[in-house]
Amino acid sequence: MSKEKFDYFINGKKNKWEVIIGLEVHAQVLSKSKLFSSSSTKFGADPNTQVSLVDSAFPGMLPVINEFCVEQSVKTGLGLKAKINLNSIFDRKNYFYADLPQGYQISQYKSPIVGEGEVILDMPYGTKKIGIERLHLEQDAGKSIHDMDPDNSFVDLNRSGVALMEIVSKPDLRSPDEVNSYVKKLRSIMRYLGTCDGNMQEGSLRADVNVSVRKIGDKKFGTRCEIKNVNSIKFMQMGIEYEAKRQVELLEAGEKINQETRLYDTRKNATRSMRTKEDAHDYRYFPDPDLQPLKLDKSLIDKLKKELPELPDQKKERFIKEHNLSPYEANILVSEKEISEYYEKVIKESDKKLATNWIIVELFSVLNKKNLSISESPVSEKNLSSLIKMISSGKISGKIAKAVFEKMQEGDRDPNQIVEKEGLTQQSDPKELEKIILDVLSKNQDKATQYKSGKVKLFGYFVGEVMKASKGKANPKLVNDILKTKLK
Amino acid sequence: MSIISKLSLTEIINGIKNKKFSSEEITKEFIENSKKSKKLNAYITECFDEAIKSAKDFDKKKDYKGLLSGVPIAVKDLFCTKNIKTTAGSKILHNFVPTYESTVTNNLWSQGAFLLGKLNCDEFAMGSSNETSFFGNVINPFGEKLVPGGSSGGSASALAAGLTPATIGTDTGGSIRQPASFTGTVGLKPTYGRCSRWGIVAFASSLDQAGPMTNNVEDCALVLQAMSGYDPKDSTSADKKVDNYISNLTEKVKGLKIGIPKEYRVENMPNEIDNLWKKGIDYLKDAGAIIKNISLPHTMYALSTYYIVAPAEASSNLARYDGVKYGHRAKGKNLIEMYENTRSEGFGDEVKRRILIGTYVLSSGYYDAYYLKAQKVRQMIKNDFDKSFNDVDAILTPSTPSSAFKIGDKSKDPVSMYLNDIFTVPVNLSGLPAISVPAGYDKNKLPLGLQIIGKPFDEQTILNLSLAIEKRANFKKNLEVWWN
Repeated sequence: MSKEKFDYFINGKKNKWEVIIGLEVHAQVLSKSKLFSSSSTKFGADPNTQVSLVDSAFPGMLPVINEFCVEQSVKTGLGLKAKINLNSIFDRKNYFYADLPQGYQISQYKSPIVGEGEVILDMPYGTKKIGIERLHLEQDAGKSIHDMDPDNSFVDLNRSGVALMEIVSKPDLRSPDEVNSYVKKLRSIMRYLGTCDGNMQEGSLRADVNVSVRKIGDKKFGTRCEIKNVNSIKFMQMGIEYEAKRQVELLEAGEKINQETRLYDTRKNATRSMRTKEDAHDYRYFPDPDLQPLKLDKSLIDKLKKELPELPDQKKERFIKEHNLSPYEANILVSEKEISEYYEKVIKESDKKLATNWIIVELFSVLNKKNLSISESPVSEKNLSSLIKMISSGKISGKIAKAVFEKMQEGDRDPNQIVEKEGLTQQSDPKELEKIILDVLSKNQDKATQYKSGKVKLFGYFVGEVMKASKGKANPKLVNDILKTKLK
Repeated sequence: MSIISKLSLTEIINGIKNKKFSSEEITKEFIENSKKSKKLNAYITECFDEAIKSAKDFDKKKDYKGLLSGVPIAVKDLFCTKNIKTTAGSKILHNFVPTYESTVTNNLWSQGAFLLGKLNCDEFAMGSSNETSFFGNVINPFGEKLVPGGSSGGSASALAAGLTPATIGTDTGGSIRQPASFTGTVGLKPTYGRCSRWGIVAFASSLDQAGPMTNNVEDCALVLQAMSGYDPKDSTSADKKVDNYISNLTEKVKGLKIGIPKEYRVENMPNEIDNLWKKGIDYLKDAGAIIKNISLPHTMYALSTYYIVAPAEASSNLARYDGVKYGHRAKGKNLIEMYENTRSEGFGDEVKRRILIGTYVLSSGYYDAYYLKAQKVRQMIKNDFDKSFNDVDAILTPSTPSSAFKIGDKSKDPVSMYLNDIFTVPVNLSGLPAISVPAGYDKNKLPLGLQIIGKPFDEQTILNLSLAIEKRANFKKNLEVWWN
């Protein structure tokens, strides 16, 4: 397929415009406790029940780095094929807000823990490399709640101090589709690594989206706007589309783009200005004097490198090479860690080609219909594998298998039992089949004569009649073979 | 003043151990003295009832294992004390009661001491005269009109007047050593990282350090021993073994090389200070030390560097006092107005001044010119010391450029106030240990101290040198009690 076919442009009244997108993804580090305190990070607890004296910034409280969170971010860096910085520094980002107890967020400004890396996207028009600028560790803030009381706001500090990785991409993305693919790939890598659960509903993964436009052929980037804190891929895509069109309209009307932070309003499907560059915060970053510079041992990085699990890109390569899958099939099967695990369990005892088809076609259509994830699949790996085994051994036909599969979904039933109980075993005894076939032929002598005189299309009719007579259980291959000899 | 409360801390501990008197008896004496000395305004919070209870408990259990067994101690109100109001001398924390105990005070209590009360100090430790406290200024027992120094002014005054047998303060730019010098007491700022900062209301995190204030050098070694140590809760505390300061304490300093920095001979310094310094040199020569002239060329930049670094950190450290979680909260129509009103009402002028300076020097466009440059100069100041310590074991200087000044004398002129810390500030910027030991009087019969600066984590050497000076200076605290 040609690349042009998938290029994404905004068609203005005068020009075609290219859209330039960069993402700052905030990924919550998967860890039991917070970045600088031992409070729990568990989602969904009652407000202010997971808050230590450090998280609520009591006088004299001091942060102590959670080494596990550091390891998690190093692992993520390695998964992004990025440079790990042996020395990094925690800075204070100063601003006042009710849900920011310290009056500053501990973050990394000039010296992040992870430097440049990359993410490979599989687009319909080929692979595309998206550059990673940096990854740094920082604390999350608490949550302000404004709609519980007409006169008061409330603050929940359960999130305060939870570790986040901010992953900043280079401005390499060019369309909402690429953003979709990028976020999914990033999420998938982190889930393979076990460094972020990627749960967007719970806010474990959110992004600030930087959007600018330029006329096709222009080398210089336009002025960008940042769409703040978007927590769904769909909204990112819609926000980009809206924002790009807004910018094109302004530019074509001879106006300028103001560099500003905007909010995406999901109900109106529009972005609106939150603050302009002029009233942007002056965060007064400076190194946090409560923390030593973060020094990493090369040996720790080597150790983590060794422990790194197989990541989607490698797994895909292996599936193609070892299992003879097409890149398309491999892509789907590695897209989520759980899918690849499901697949690998199924093929332990069953045919790879059949398994691939059954998972991608049959199972996925069920999951899509019922809106389930693979880990909620109504059919277990073991039972799907049994079903496939019955197909490849000829015990049941593909058609029967589909009926059995239907029944298996009610409480993950064992297909062997279904087949036994309902007598669905395929008839593969040539003598039995011959009997049925001769019977069908004798009832349709006129058609047999027509066939023999050249109306070969009637072959299908005979197959159908045989299947009907066998209640669908006849082995189709044998039926074909026997029919052919009998009709000679 | 009774006889008992004129004893040193060490003598009191031995007296309790040898059953010359009970913990309850001496506790009652210090309470009595404290109650009679309201004029000094040394206390913010008195914990007398609890102290008597602790003393009685101690007398029942008779557990003499701790270094500070059975001793009541009042501490600067910058240390968070569990269930006891902790104000940092500020209105914004006037009603704040921590649910936790600072590591350093906890260390004292686990050595057998107990809390007598919380002592007055400059608001958030920002001041050199104890005039910035929301709870009023503290009087120096050496004169009704005199400041005790600051910011640990309440601690110095209480100690000098016999309201507590020992105390602890904090020192960010001289806040232990200067008031010690003004009140004829011994005050030591340990190496940065020697004592945990956990649970101490922060002023400037990279400079703050808690330390002992005592009546003599031996007591100083004892309290330092009790309070020091690594604390995993403070990432800047040093995971280093603490020496046995008490058993290693000796006045034998023969052969030690002492540096005399020429840059500490400042303009307009009274002759008396210069003379005291010379006397100090003579004492140490007499003890067998070798005197060497040295140069610390970047000393002249220390004060301006300090007044960039310290306010910068303070402006951020004090952002948490916003009326949302604890402490004073003013009303406001919205969040911003609540912040503004809370902080306008809650902070005093000096604190506001430093927050403004700190915010300014960190602002974009000024960061490089001020904060970043100050950090570079700070490194050069530290390098001066490092280089000198290749040639000498310790450095002798005056503690302050003057004796205690009058209340109101400098409070209108911040820069003249800041200049009072000119000899102490370089030490904080370099993270070094330093002690102020009383060595004589000026013509107005006001005490003067000498400062000895040591190598990192070599508190022992400066304690030993102080002991040598103490023995020779024969400093007597000639105080008539006028404040009862």
